[in-house]
Amino acid sequence: MASNVAVRRSARSRAGGLIGAFARSRELTLLAVLLVLAALVALEAPNFLSSNNVVSVTSLAAIIAIAAVGESLIILTKNIDLSVESTMGLVAFVVAVLLKQQNIPMPVAWALGIGLGMALGMVNGIIITVFRVPSIVATLGTLSIFRGLTYLVANGHEINANDLPAGYTNAASQTFFDIPLFVILAVAVVAVAGLALRYTVFGRQLYAVGSNAEAAATIGIRSRTTVFLAFALGGMLAGVAGVLWGIQFGQLYASSASGQSLAIIAAVVVGGVSIAGGSGTVMGAAIGALFLGLIANALNVLLLPQEWLQMIYGAVILFAVSTDAIIQRRTQLAKARSRIR
Amino acid sequence: MTDGMPLAPNKGPEAASAPPPVALAGVSKRFAATQALSDVSIDLLPGEIHALVGENGAGKSTIVKLLAGIYQPDSGSVVLDGKPVLLHGPAHARSLGIAVVHQEPRLFPDLTVAENVFIGHSPSGRFGALDWGEMRRAADGIFASLSVHLDSSAVVRGLSMADQQLIEIAKALSVEARVLVLDEPTASLSAHEVERLFDIVRQTRDRGVAVLFVSHRLEEVFELCDRATVLRDGRHIVTAPTAQLTAPDLVRHMVGRSVSLFPRTAAKIGDVLLDVRNLTRLGAFRDISFSVRAGEIVGLAGLVGAGRTEVARVLFGLDRADAGQVLLDGKRVSFKSPSAALGAGIAYVPEDRHLDGLVAGFSIAENVTLPILPRLFPRFFTRSSRERRLAAGYSERLRIRSTGVDELVEALSGGNQQKVVIAKWLATNPRVLILDEPTRGVDIGAKVEVHRIISDLAAAGLGIILISSELPEVLAMSDRIIVLHEGVMSAEIPRAEASEERVMFAATGQFAEGTSSGE
Amino acid sequence: MTNEQPAATRPQDSTPVSAEASLATPGRSGNPISWVRGLLSAAARWEMLLLAILAVVVYEGMQISPYFLQLDFWNSPNFGASVSGTMEVAIMALAMTPIIITGDIDLSVESMVGLSGAVLGVLWVAGLPLVVVIPIVLGVGVLGGLFNGLMVTRLGLPALVVTLGTLALYRGLANAVLGTSYVSNFPSELTTFGFGYVPGTAVPWTLLAFLILAVVFTAVMHLTWIGRQVFAVGKNKDAARYSGVRVASLRTALFAVSGLIAAFAGIVLASRYNSVRADNGTGLTLTVVLIVVLGGVDINGGKGTIPGVILAVFTLAALQSALRLAGVSSEYQNVAIGLLLIFSVITPQIARQFRVLVDRVRSGRHRPVRDPVPGEVVR
Repeated sequence: MASNVAVRRSARSRAGGLIGAFARSRELTLLAVLLVLAALVALEAPNFLSSNNVVSVTSLAAIIAIAAVGESLIILTKNIDLSVESTMGLVAFVVAVLLKQQNIPMPVAWALGIGLGMALGMVNGIIITVFRVPSIVATLGTLSIFRGLTYLVANGHEINANDLPAGYTNAASQTFFDIPLFVILAVAVVAVAGLALRYTVFGRQLYAVGSNAEAAATIGIRSRTTVFLAFALGGMLAGVAGVLWGIQFGQLYASSASGQSLAIIAAVVVGGVSIAGGSGTVMGAAIGALFLGLIANALNVLLLPQEWLQMIYGAVILFAVSTDAIIQRRTQLAKARSRIR
Repeated sequence: MTDGMPLAPNKGPEAASAPPPVALAGVSKRFAATQALSDVSIDLLPGEIHALVGENGAGKSTIVKLLAGIYQPDSGSVVLDGKPVLLHGPAHARSLGIAVVHQEPRLFPDLTVAENVFIGHSPSGRFGALDWGEMRRAADGIFASLSVHLDSSAVVRGLSMADQQLIEIAKALSVEARVLVLDEPTASLSAHEVERLFDIVRQTRDRGVAVLFVSHRLEEVFELCDRATVLRDGRHIVTAPTAQLTAPDLVRHMVGRSVSLFPRTAAKIGDVLLDVRNLTRLGAFRDISFSVRAGEIVGLAGLVGAGRTEVARVLFGLDRADAGQVLLDGKRVSFKSPSAALGAGIAYVPEDRHLDGLVAGFSIAENVTLPILPRLFPRFFTRSSRERRLAAGYSERLRIRSTGVDELVEALSGGNQQKVVIAKWLATNPRVLILDEPTRGVDIGAKVEVHRIISDLAAAGLGIILISSELPEVLAMSDRIIVLHEGVMSAEIPRAEASEERVMFAATGQFAEGTSSGE
Repeated sequence: MTNEQPAATRPQDSTPVSAEASLATPGRSGNPISWVRGLLSAAARWEMLLLAILAVVVYEGMQISPYFLQLDFWNSPNFGASVSGTMEVAIMALAMTPIIITGDIDLSVESMVGLSGAVLGVLWVAGLPLVVVIPIVLGVGVLGGLFNGLMVTRLGLPALVVTLGTLALYRGLANAVLGTSYVSNFPSELTTFGFGYVPGTAVPWTLLAFLILAVVFTAVMHLTWIGRQVFAVGKNKDAARYSGVRVASLRTALFAVSGLIAAFAGIVLASRYNSVRADNGTGLTLTVVLIVVLGGVDINGGKGTIPGVILAVFTLAALQSALRLAGVSSEYQNVAIGLLLIFSVITPQIARQFRVLVDRVRSGRHRPVRDPVPGEVVR
């Protein structure tokens, strides 16, 4: 018995000090890599650190971060949502259309947009929990269905800044104490979500369902309800991201936000949320979003082809999940072998 | 002393007249075609460890699940403090003070130990937020009171089965449990871990909790329990204090008749087929050396967790050894996969036929031919007549009862399913056959037939390794018995000198009379 | 032999081992039924439904336009044209089927279409002869598939996330290779293949290619032991491995085949449009998965038939033709595909839950709070 304790202690000290801290915290590691990358890019292209650039990068990253928080809730339960980009696009367009008609005050339009996002999330939730369609297939389908709805609403038209209230897109570059408004919003979302995940029963249920759905059932956690709520909240946050997208870009098409699902999922995965469910933090997802935003901007600033971005998303996803798998395999092997035999 | 630990109300002598805190009154339960329980009544008294004993299929597991609220009885009821209650589900049962530790731990691998202990009833602090500090402190307190060292903030993934079970028990103790049900808790524990568990169970009993201890290991029943109830075929047979019972009594009640197992026909022992030398796999077993000759049945005995299945897995190519050699016909072999082992003539009938042995959704014929498909159809195209003929042949030879070789295997009974698994491996023409708990979950009639088959195979010149936790089976079938204890060979006993006591001694770590394995 | 206790006093040795077993299809009657017939009877229910849908669609199609059933394979939005337009996804669906049956999925096929097209274009522009370029392109497909397979089997990663990553990675590579430019004016061999007919017949080359591959896949999956192993892995991966099936090699090979086929589909697409761009094939994965699921393949693995998938190809082509004739734009056709995908998965689920409900009502008044997990010994 004493020897078991000794083994455990030594295993931890082997991964000692600072290195050990990094090995255990994905968030720290990512932040460090991010800073190093930023430094390297800044050396190559000094305009990288100009206040304009920083504001635009962080604002866009904030939008992705908010959507990534929503996606994290879903991935924690061992599901996935491919349709988030279509939800964002549809909400952005619908809000813009509502505003174009001018007799709808902005807060109301925003609220309706966020409500729409939640409703779309609930549609996903019903298909997955009531009809037991695997989330990969269900959201593959709704990815296209929701996008089709956007085309329906757009009816061949697009929205540009003239259609929106004066100065609408200025909010995107608004700063408080030099911090962009969107970033403040994102930080607020991450804080609320993070606290809820850590300190509320519902938050822990998300982890429980993702970690071991069967055991969760025996404690009386109703996984289907939990998953449904995760999709509803995910949809709501996608709606928020959609609203912000409209403010950021001002120019909207039926195809707006196409391709963002991959970026969002990549952010979540690189941020340390396990694709197998049950572990990870929304802070990690947000840092992941910032990391990817930084890379996208770096491509721009270093005058590298934007088309490389897809490749980078793919490589990032593959790298993140591979290293997670390898590390987990190694630690499990070590634990098994260290058992006194 | 027990900081924050719930204590059961002090039960004095007047407790005898109070209704038992938990009881089952005349419960019956039917599952489709099977009557799992018929009119069973059991009282669980506080401050007592009550054993529930019976063969596989006697109904023990159903009793546990009824108490846990997973099933509801068809008739009769669960009675709490004299009043019948209907348990709506596991959470409800738990809230009423019934704590169940199931055979397989149901923990959340990604959550911490403390969170697992308190899942479902986590302590909350200000504004209703979870109080992590209190959770860790309380968990530490429980572990301390059990004299156990576990890091409450460690993640559960990777912890040993024994540690996981401790967490399950801590879970049970973290609520005001009036009864603690343990379902075959020692299945995966080493001898030392079993002792630790027993200490904890005794402490729990002394606190006034009623304990139900389900087991088929009679030695544990006598060591730990105060009273025992025997079930057979879903019926209550007898309940009596363990002091008034002997092991043969229990066996007789469990089985209902004296059964003599199939006597081995002596086979001609030939050359050495398999030679295992100093085989080691870190974390599983160490320095295992033995040989198997043609016509020989080598029994591999030991408590569950001793490492026997792990040895078999290495021999069959499922796992890799870290040191040592395996020689087949004198040539060194190292299998990287089951298909390689198969090609060399080694076959392995796994422990769990549902998970690993049979493909549900395939017919008998399809299952039987699965390992030899490339051999059977060298030109890729399958011919159903050829494979049906092969399967029918084995079906007849092994007396598999079915409606035909096209029948889906999941419709067969346990015994017949096991025979299909054996048939599958016989079809590969193995030279060495490893059987892992071949008669588990198989009724007496089929069990005898399986033994006959094994005996015939040895007579035909196969070398057989028989892994079994059933002592009578090992003793009756083996020419030699190798006993493993905590991953190490503790004895090699020839048939003539074998007895239950000798095997048991070695299995529990007593290498010679009076000594025990160092700790 | 001194064994007492004749079997008569115990229930006959044929009681099912778990409650779930009693819900399974009862064993067939004593007469040995050929497994071909068994296969047909199992598939019959779904395929019948599909045939009915096909009949309805054809009928409606003819209502919408008298030109519907014309087999003029090009230029008009009729059934024939629709069929030739579906050949790329049809071919990929053939290769996707065994992957889904084994419980995996390959989302990256659409990106491999783009990547192979890009490689084709770049190598062609560089002046290499077609006879050298085609094998290289197919080789790229195999490599891409192998990469997927190795990540899934060696690292134990879920196929979902691996192929999600390669979906992006291969598309990115296509972008890197071809940039924003496009390549056209391919040689006549390619264009003939793309929209020419087999000489003397009205059958387009691409349709012929599909039919040949369809025959090959049907034979392999249903008439050889390779197919048997695929089904075994899909029904119980561990038992298959314990039975000597080389599960890892099989899964990797299936991904390699999928990559190869996707590369071939990329060539087909390129020859049909006589041009390649880096975004060729975007959005095709949805359609491929739809065809497989519509064909009766269980998304959770273990069940399905190639003939069903072939039938689904034609059903989808008919549906798309009917929609096009009715004036539905391609964007909304995508919506239809999404809806159809979800309904194809929901329908068997509902049927299953209905059956379970009926059985439960029949078997007793008390419902267990938690059903026995399949295979769980219930006593």
